[in-house]
Amino acid sequence: MLLIPCPWCGPRDEAEFHYGGQAHVAYPADPSALTDEEWAKYLFFRANPKGPFAERWSHSAGCRRWFNAVRDTSTNEVLAVYRAGEERPATFEPRPVLPARPAFEDEAPSGPIGGPGAEPPDRTRARPLRFTFDGTEYQGVEGDTLASALLANGVIAAATSIKLGRPRGIFSAGVEEPNAVIQIEEPFPEPMLPAPAIELYDGLVATSLPGQGRLATTPDPARYDAVHDHCDLLIVGAGPAGLAAAAAAADSGARVILADDQPTLGGSLLGTGELADWAAELNTRLDAAPDVRILRRTTVFGYYDDNHLLAVERRTNHLGAKAPQNVSRERVHRIRARRVVLATGAHERSLAFADNDRPGVMLAASARTYLHRHGVLPGRHAVVFTTNDSAYAAALDLAASGVAISAIVDTRPEPGAWADRARAAGIEVLPGHAVTGTDGEARLTAVTVAPYGETTGQREFAADLLLVSGGWNPVAHLFSQSGGKLRYDEALGTFVPDAGRQAVEVAGSASGVFDLAGCLAQGAAAGARAIEAEGYTPEAPRLPQVPEQPQLTPPMQVFTVPGREGAPRFVDLQRDVTVDDLSRATGAGLRSVEHTKRYTTAGTANDQGKTAGVLASGVVAELLGVDISALGTTTFRPPYTPVSFAALAGRDRGTLSDPVRTTAVHEWHIEHGALFENVGQWKRPWYYPQDGEDMETAVLRECAAARDSVGFMDASTLGKIDVQGPDAGVFLDLLYTNMMSTLKVGMIRYGVMCRPDGMVFDDGTVIRLAPDRFLVTTTTGNAATVLDWMEEWLQTEWPELKVHCTSVTEQWATVALVGPRSREVLGSLAPQLAVSNDDFPFMAWRETTVAGIEARVCRISFSGELAYEINVSPWEALALWEALHEAGAPYGITPYGTETMHVLRAEKGYPIIGQDTDGTVTPQDLGMSWAVSKKKPDFIGKRSYARADAVRPDRKHLVGLLPEDPGTFLPEGTQLVADSVLPAPPVPMLGHVTSSYRSAALGRTFALALVKGGRERIGERLYAPVGGRLVPVTVASPVLYDPEGARRDG
Amino acid sequence: MADTALTAPPRSPLSRYADRLAATTRTSRGAVRLAELPFLAQLNVRLDAKGGAADAVGLALGLQLPLEPNTAIRAGELTALWLGPDEWLVVGPPGSERDLETRIRAAVGEEPVSVTDVSAQRTTLLVSGARALDLLAHGCPLDLHPRAFGAGRCAQTTLARTQVVLVARDEPGAGFWVLVRSSFASYLTDWLLDAATEYI
Repeated sequence: MLLIPCPWCGPRDEAEFHYGGQAHVAYPADPSALTDEEWAKYLFFRANPKGPFAERWSHSAGCRRWFNAVRDTSTNEVLAVYRAGEERPATFEPRPVLPARPAFEDEAPSGPIGGPGAEPPDRTRARPLRFTFDGTEYQGVEGDTLASALLANGVIAAATSIKLGRPRGIFSAGVEEPNAVIQIEEPFPEPMLPAPAIELYDGLVATSLPGQGRLATTPDPARYDAVHDHCDLLIVGAGPAGLAAAAAAADSGARVILADDQPTLGGSLLGTGELADWAAELNTRLDAAPDVRILRRTTVFGYYDDNHLLAVERRTNHLGAKAPQNVSRERVHRIRARRVVLATGAHERSLAFADNDRPGVMLAASARTYLHRHGVLPGRHAVVFTTNDSAYAAALDLAASGVAISAIVDTRPEPGAWADRARAAGIEVLPGHAVTGTDGEARLTAVTVAPYGETTGQREFAADLLLVSGGWNPVAHLFSQSGGKLRYDEALGTFVPDAGRQAVEVAGSASGVFDLAGCLAQGAAAGARAIEAEGYTPEAPRLPQVPEQPQLTPPMQVFTVPGREGAPRFVDLQRDVTVDDLSRATGAGLRSVEHTKRYTTAGTANDQGKTAGVLASGVVAELLGVDISALGTTTFRPPYTPVSFAALAGRDRGTLSDPVRTTAVHEWHIEHGALFENVGQWKRPWYYPQDGEDMETAVLRECAAARDSVGFMDASTLGKIDVQGPDAGVFLDLLYTNMMSTLKVGMIRYGVMCRPDGMVFDDGTVIRLAPDRFLVTTTTGNAATVLDWMEEWLQTEWPELKVHCTSVTEQWATVALVGPRSREVLGSLAPQLAVSNDDFPFMAWRETTVAGIEARVCRISFSGELAYEINVSPWEALALWEALHEAGAPYGITPYGTETMHVLRAEKGYPIIGQDTDGTVTPQDLGMSWAVSKKKPDFIGKRSYARADAVRPDRKHLVGLLPEDPGTFLPEGTQLVADSVLPAPPVPMLGHVTSSYRSAALGRTFALALVKGGRERIGERLYAPVGGRLVPVTVASPVLYDPEGARRDG
Repeated sequence: MADTALTAPPRSPLSRYADRLAATTRTSRGAVRLAELPFLAQLNVRLDAKGGAADAVGLALGLQLPLEPNTAIRAGELTALWLGPDEWLVVGPPGSERDLETRIRAAVGEEPVSVTDVSAQRTTLLVSGARALDLLAHGCPLDLHPRAFGAGRCAQTTLARTQVVLVARDEPGAGFWVLVRSSFASYLTDWLLDAATEYI
């Protein structure tokens, strides 16, 4: 959502604005002096540059001002805004490109987070929770995820793979999980959720999935909602860097939001067991800080224009059946942040070695997380396979907790100080080695290793756990979505955020800083810089001491590992994509990771390749023999993790999905059995069926009442615009095709409005209230568009005109009283009104009281009958309506709806704009040349009537159609052809049916149609293909009822 | 017939909702207070702010028309809301619309000014209580924090899927006025009552 700075109101959401096309295209001073070509250029030709482009915008949901903006069409950045009539600024500065991670002093050398961590939690002291997985009941504890609870029960195989049906185990401890994607059955079915991201609750019932989920068949009873949030600083991620950033900003007075996807703050610290006291203490402090909001269990999943970020908060999922019903289950936060610090951490990546998918193969840091966070050991006998130092800390922690580590297999020939520490702890380290194969079906049983790149010298270790670390990928998804660019870091062997144009910084391991001290320092600096830029004074937070770490040895870049002949080496576990699959893709000639992704589907599963993406790039680079830095990554798009449609829909469901506009008499219509038609957002009575009537019968009855006696209709939905000012007449003369300035006060005129291309765009009546004041009505659906149109011309082209336009649509309720007896009904309620035709002629209006209610009564007819439109305050509309109902009772007054209105007007050949027209129809096409002024020097559309196209003899005209069989009904949209036998395609089409009805007055069906040269065809027979046969129809005048107009005056 | 003309009391757009609004106010124990303020006089005033008319109107009403965008000025029972650089909404007590129009027209004399009675065009919802801001934040993209939208601020913007005029009332904790087009009032009230579910 762009933030567009209105020159008057300041920055507002793009949704409040309305686009008006290229700016500075002035309406020609004298259109009649232009050649057809020049006029066509004005009408149809606009620039379409890449880069800065001056455009018109209207702040339509705000101050209603039109203004100009220079927008870069390639970046969408709004470079400048200026008021209508002002010159386009000569220069403007695009936003600078900002580094994702400004250089800061005393940057520590990067390495894995932490040393051996604290004591793991004691599960026996936590509250037990019961759950069911694949039909078996288990017990977990409070604080568990489904994955940790399964592991605690010795269950690691939690899925079978989608294509190959291979057993798969829990692979990670977070949202990056590719394997253990499960289905929740109770309390409410939900498919495809990663088990490590599901908080356990009592009564959870889940099943494993063969790759595909199952949607619920009953409606979700839970509430979902959304909120708009605003802050000076949004920090995404509450690991060491995010917490340090929050600490720096917390007490400054800046409004800070700290969002984290876990129930507890700490991020990676929860998985390493480090700095637990600091995190807890800070947690308490942040909770108490008045300007800090912590959003726990909240995943920021999308980063859009102008620091607009979307997040989903899981509010009651973790409560299971105990979730309160009045609290939304999930909430979407639409966050507008002045500054953002992304401290989103890093994901460990795997390696493509033989049979790397057996249950028991797990990312090394994830195993460490299960230990420290949940007190769970994912296995008993482990082999560790790594290319970097980080897996050593995991191995040491697990060993200290009782896991037998048979060997640490390190591809690096000289693993350095961490290896020494492991050896000191009694763990065998195999430098320059790699895993060449694994065994085991339901679970890993053995791991085969050999010197890296060789097949001889193999050793086999019995193991139920193989911990893998192929390096770390910064979680750069949000940064990339923000428009930021990534670069390949040779030293780290991965892609890191480089630079972008939004007000964002990346801190901690998300930026490629992998040591704890560095993360803390960098996070604090980023938080301080952000709020300082917003005018607040940061504090230097007290950062904890980090224990001295062994000297680091650089990681080795490894993607594929040679191994056992014929064994699959998986790259994307969730999609079952192997090195061989990628090899087929490159063999087929694909040279881009975007193409190999689509060819193999690697990275397209619902984990979006979080553990597989960079690995896939690395494998493809190896296959192509190029450097991975030249290939890059595939594009990161929102959402970062899957978001349910229910959450995105929120409360915009059912009756709240779209506004329903109602009139002041709406309740009466409901009580009297009306069925409703949607007209724009309005609900209009369609017809009022009486006991058992179908639509056809009801409409024929309503039509007959209006033609024979009296009917009434709620016409309040018509748009109404008050046009005031000394130049009001001049202005309306420019807008309408006919003359309005000559209208006398007290009188009414029908008018047609066209676009500059001459096509009809709206019609309605114009009432002259005073010499400098008119009331204009518009069609129901077009009221806002017409007002916008008027404002655009006034503000951008004719600012010198002293006219103001104000919507008064709801200021007045309107009742149409129609039929030969309408005069009697009105007369009985309006004793002060002289109702005779001489006193109150057609197209006049009077102010009076009707049923004691102040009213403006207009003699207008949309049916050809004697008719009145009575306008009153909507506060008194129901009283008026009921009075009419009562006063009309002796005449059988009948309420009628839009369908009857349509029939009555069609019988008279009155078009409905938008039904009988489609933006390609001129007033002349409608047979309304009489409404197009020949006297006015100019009006909008006039020049176009002199174009050759406007006077073509084969233009489509509005005509009547009479099926030869008076009972045959022509569906609207039916095409018309000349012959009784269809020729071979292409069949020349002569036109189509725009309106079609059964007429009580004519005693037959009839239609209106747009037909080529229609007025010259009156009397001709044409054919309408309906349901496989050609129906003969006769072209007629559009005015089929009372052509002499005898009924108008009663 | 005219002698027996109905003298039914006027009906506001939200008259049917009075009970439900009161019930929500009650059961939320003041966390959200919702009520319709029906029949307020509302006049749309258009004039050139650079001419003398603005001052003349200000003098006549005892109420300066605010020139700063998106601000409101209150004096006694009258409030003037900035709607645009040449457009204001003058809000007064029920029934005062004719008197206000007369006074404004008299004050400006010959200067071109447009005054339009729009009292029935919109109705006014009072949204206050400790959670008023949270309630509105469910559907209003504007930053309504007191620092950004404090007393005396107003704005035309969107709430849920409809356009509104929002006014931050000028006593602390007095909440907001939400002026909504009458035809949208039922929809918006349904929306607000539903949004309040969590606070009751």
